[in-house]
Amino acid sequence: MTGPLLSIRDLHLTMTSFDGAAHVLNGIDLTVQRGEIWGLVGESGCGKSLTGLSISRLVPTPPATYRKGEIRFEGRDILKLPLREMQDLRGKRIGMIFQDPTTNLNPAYRVGEQLIDVALAAASHDPSVLGCPPGAGRRERRRAARRLAGEMLERVGIPDAGARLDNYPHEFSGGMRQRVLIAMALIGRPDLLIADEPTTALDVSVQAQILKLLKGTVADHDIGVILITHNLGVVAETCSHVAVMYAGNIVESGPVSNVIESPAHPYTRALMAAIPTKASKRGTLKGLGGTVPNLITPPPGCRFAPRCPLAIPACTAALPGAVDLGADHRAACIRLEALEHV
Amino acid sequence: MLYFILRRILMLVPVVIGLTVIMFAIARILPGDPVALAAGPNATPAEIEALSHEFGLDQPIWTQYFHYVGGLLHGDLGTSLLTRRPVAADIAAYLPATLELVCAAMLIAVAIGIPLGLATAVWRNRWPDYLSQVVAIGAISMPRFFLGLLLQLCFAMWLMWLPLGGRLPIIVIPPPTVTGFLTIDTLLAGDLHAFTMALRHLAMPAIAMSLSPLATIMRMMRASTIEVMGQDYVMTARALGLPRGKIILKYVARNAVSATLTVIGLYFGWLLGGTVLVETVFDWPGLGLYATKAIVSQDMMPVIGVALVIGLLFVLANLVIDLLYGVINPKVRYS
Amino acid sequence: MTDSVQTPRTEPVRHRDDRLRRALFRFSQSKLSMIGAAIVAVVLFFAVFGTVLAPFPGHVAGAVDTANQFQAPSAAHLFGTNELGQDVLSLVMAGTTVSVLAGFGVVLIGSVIGTLVGAVAGFVGGWTDEGLMRLTDLTLTIPSLILAMAIAAALGPGFTNMVIAISLSWWPGYARLVRGEVLAAREEVYVTAARAIGASPARILFRHILPNVVSPIIVKMSLDMGFAILTVAGLGFIGIGVRPPTPEWGTLLSLSRANMPGYWWTAMAPGLAMFLAVFGFNLLGDGLRDILDPKARR
Repeated sequence: MTGPLLSIRDLHLTMTSFDGAAHVLNGIDLTVQRGEIWGLVGESGCGKSLTGLSISRLVPTPPATYRKGEIRFEGRDILKLPLREMQDLRGKRIGMIFQDPTTNLNPAYRVGEQLIDVALAAASHDPSVLGCPPGAGRRERRRAARRLAGEMLERVGIPDAGARLDNYPHEFSGGMRQRVLIAMALIGRPDLLIADEPTTALDVSVQAQILKLLKGTVADHDIGVILITHNLGVVAETCSHVAVMYAGNIVESGPVSNVIESPAHPYTRALMAAIPTKASKRGTLKGLGGTVPNLITPPPGCRFAPRCPLAIPACTAALPGAVDLGADHRAACIRLEALEHV
Repeated sequence: MLYFILRRILMLVPVVIGLTVIMFAIARILPGDPVALAAGPNATPAEIEALSHEFGLDQPIWTQYFHYVGGLLHGDLGTSLLTRRPVAADIAAYLPATLELVCAAMLIAVAIGIPLGLATAVWRNRWPDYLSQVVAIGAISMPRFFLGLLLQLCFAMWLMWLPLGGRLPIIVIPPPTVTGFLTIDTLLAGDLHAFTMALRHLAMPAIAMSLSPLATIMRMMRASTIEVMGQDYVMTARALGLPRGKIILKYVARNAVSATLTVIGLYFGWLLGGTVLVETVFDWPGLGLYATKAIVSQDMMPVIGVALVIGLLFVLANLVIDLLYGVINPKVRYS
Repeated sequence: MTDSVQTPRTEPVRHRDDRLRRALFRFSQSKLSMIGAAIVAVVLFFAVFGTVLAPFPGHVAGAVDTANQFQAPSAAHLFGTNELGQDVLSLVMAGTTVSVLAGFGVVLIGSVIGTLVGAVAGFVGGWTDEGLMRLTDLTLTIPSLILAMAIAAALGPGFTNMVIAISLSWWPGYARLVRGEVLAAREEVYVTAARAIGASPARILFRHILPNVVSPIIVKMSLDMGFAILTVAGLGFIGIGVRPPTPEWGTLLSLSRANMPGYWWTAMAPGLAMFLAVFGFNLLGDGLRDILDPKARR
C-alpha cells in the first residue's frame, strides 16, 4: 500500500440542536501513515473526539451532518461506504479505545465473553485472525477465539490472563480494565487504532504503563494510531506527530519535535505556557484567558482571534489557511511572521 | 446468599404483624354490624349475642387480636362468620386459581412486552414506534373488566370459540390436585383433553389481565433499552464491529431486562390483588371472587386472610425478583 | 427537530423565559399530549354540563320508559336503550359527573394525606420518619382494590364513603414521592439560608420546601386521575359504591351484563366512556411529566 493509511480532507461537520446549528468541525485536514502516532490535542469541546468518532463513522446523523470533505481509509472514502462495508472496517481495520474503562465494558458479561465476541466478529471478515483452518466448526472457532482472547490479555500485561477471562469487569481495577479494552481493540488486528483519552481516567503511574503499551503495539505491528488527549505532556512522551485543535479547526500540526520545540501558532504557545515545568516559579501557573467560543455563532475569521494576544483587525476577516513551515510542520495563522520576533 | 434470603424472610414477620393490625383496625373500628348480617334478618337479639359470643366478638379488640395471632402461629386464619368454614382451607382452595391466572397473564405480558419494547426502542422515532406508544397508553387505559366483557361478547357469545367462564366444564373430571394449576395438573395426569379445556378457559381471563402489564412492561423495556443503547459499552461494541443484531440481542437486551425486572415484580403483586374484577367477569373461582363475597356480607375474617396472603405473596414476589436481578446483573450478586 | 433552528440570540440572561418557552414548545410538539388535553377538556365539559345536555334528562332522574326497552342504536338513541327503556347515552353523559368528581376527590384527598405524611416524615426524620414510612410500605402491600372494597363495604354505600374508601388506599404513593423530594430539598442552599435567618420549621416546610415539590405531585396527580376513575368504576362494577338510580359508569356496565349478548349496546357507551376518559388523562399526564418533571423523563 503506497498511499497514506488515513487521510482526512477538509472535513466539515454540523450538529443541529434546539439552539441552532453548531459548526463543530470546520475543515479538518489530517494524514496518518503506518508507524505514526498522532496526538490530537485541544480543550474540551474543540472537536477532537468527534474527529475520532467520524473515522469509525459513529457520529449519529442526524443530528450531525457532514457538509463537506472526505475521510479516506487506504484510499476509500469512509463517509460514502455502505454500512455493510463500514461494518467490515470497524474492529477489524480500525480499532477504538475510549476514555472511561469503567463504563466501556458491559457489566453483565465476563470479559472473556466480550473479547471472544469481538474476535468472532473480526473472524467473519478475516478468518485468519483465529488461526483456524477454513471451514472450522462453530465450536472450534469459539475455542480458537478463547485461546486468542487469553493471548491478547497476556500481551497487554494482565497477569494470570487465562483465568481472568472468566472474571466480570467489576472484578478488575481501572488500569486493568483499560488493558482489557486495549486487548479488545487489538484482537481483530486493526491497522489504525483510535484512542480517545485512554489514560485520562487513570492515575499517573498506570497512565505511563498504558502509554508504553500503546507505543510498543505500534512498534510491533506497524499500525497507525490517533491518540486523542488534552494533555500535551502525554503527547510529548508518546507521539511522533501532533495536531493541535481549536474550536473545530486544526491550528497547527507536524512532527512532535518541531511543534513542541518551536510552536508556531499562538494557541499552541499558550497551551505550552500553561504546562508547569520545573523552571516555573511558585505562583506563576498560567492559564489561558477566556473560553472556547460558541460554535453556533462563531467569531468571524480566525476562531482564536478573540483570545489571541497578537490579534489584529485582519484576523477577523477570513479563516486563515495552513502555512507550510517545512518538514510537514503547518500552522494556520496570518501573524506567523510577527510571531517569529516575539 | 443464603444469609440474604434468610434475612429477607425474617423481614416478613413485621409485615405480618403490621398487616394484621391494619386489617383488624379496619374490621373493628369501622361501623357495620357483621354479626347481625350473618345471623340473618329474623334473628333475635339473644341469637345475635350468642353468635357474637361464639366467635369471640364480644371480647375486647386486643383479646381478639392476640387470639387471632395465636391461631396464625399454627396456620389458623380464623373462621368465616357466614359459612362457618375455616378461612385457611378456603384460601388454600381458591389461591391456586388466582395464582394460575396471574402467572398466565404475566407470562403473556413478559413474552410479548419484552421483545416489543426492545423492537420499538431499536426502531424508535419511526411510525411503528409512535403507533405502539399510542396503543400502549390505550392498553393501560382500557378497563380490564370492559375488555373482559368485550372478549366474552366476541369470542364466547358471537364466535363461540371459547367458553364463557369458569375453569373447567362440569362434565370434565378435574385432575388430581398436585400444583392446583389446572393446566399443569391435567398435563401431569396425562389428560390432554382436559388440558385443552383448561387452557381454553384460561385464555380470555389471562388476556384481559395481561394487557395493562404488557403495555407497561413494553414501555419500561423501551425506555431502559434506549438508556442502555446510549451506554459507553454499546458504543465500544459498535466501534469494534460487533454485528448489530448481536449488540442488541445480547449486549443491550440483557442489561435492559434487568432494569425492567423491578416493574415486573411490582406488577406481579399488583395483579394478585387486582384479579377481583376479571374474576367477577369470568366467574373464575379465585381469591378475588372469594374476597368479594366476604366483603359484601362484611364477613371480615376471610378479608383479613386474603389481604394477608396477597401481601405476603407480594413481598415474596419482590424477593424472587431481587434474586433474579442478582443472576442477571453480576455486580449486585454479593452485595 | 430540524425545524427548530432559531435565530442566534446573544443576551445571556434568558434562563427562566427560555425554560418556559422550551416547555411549551415541547408540549405543542407532542401531538399526543395535545390530543390528551382535548379529550380531558371534553370529559370535563360533560362532567359539568352532561346532565343538562343529556337528550333524555328524564331518564337521568330515574324515569322509566318500558315501552321502548332494548332499542338498538338509532338516530334517536345513539347507543340504544336499556332494560328500562332509558337512553344509554343520556345515562353515560350524566355519569361523567360522578366519575370525574369521585376521581378528582380520590386524587385530591390521597395527595393531601400522602403529602402531609411524606413531608412530615422527610422533614422531621428519625423515629417519626421510620414509623410513618413503615406504615406507608405496609399499606402499599395490601392489595389496594381489596382494601378500598373492605372500607367501602364497612362504611356503607354512597358517594362520599366510596371516595373516602379509595383515598385511604391511595395516599402511600404520594407519601413516598414527597418524602424523597423533601429529603432532597432539605439539603438545598435556600433551605439552609432560611434556617440561618431563623425561620420556624413549619414556615420552612410550607413556604420553602413544599412549593418546590409541587410539580412532581401535579404530574403524579394527573397520571393518577385516570386510574382513580378506573377504580371508582371498578367498585361500581362489583356493586359497592354509588347505588342506582344515580348513573355511574361501572354500575351501568355491570347491569348491562345481564343483557348480553342480545342487547350488547347497553355495554358499549359506559365502557367506551371509561376508556376515553382514562385514555385522555393518561395522555395528558404523560405529556405533563415530560415537561414538568424532566428527571422522570426517559
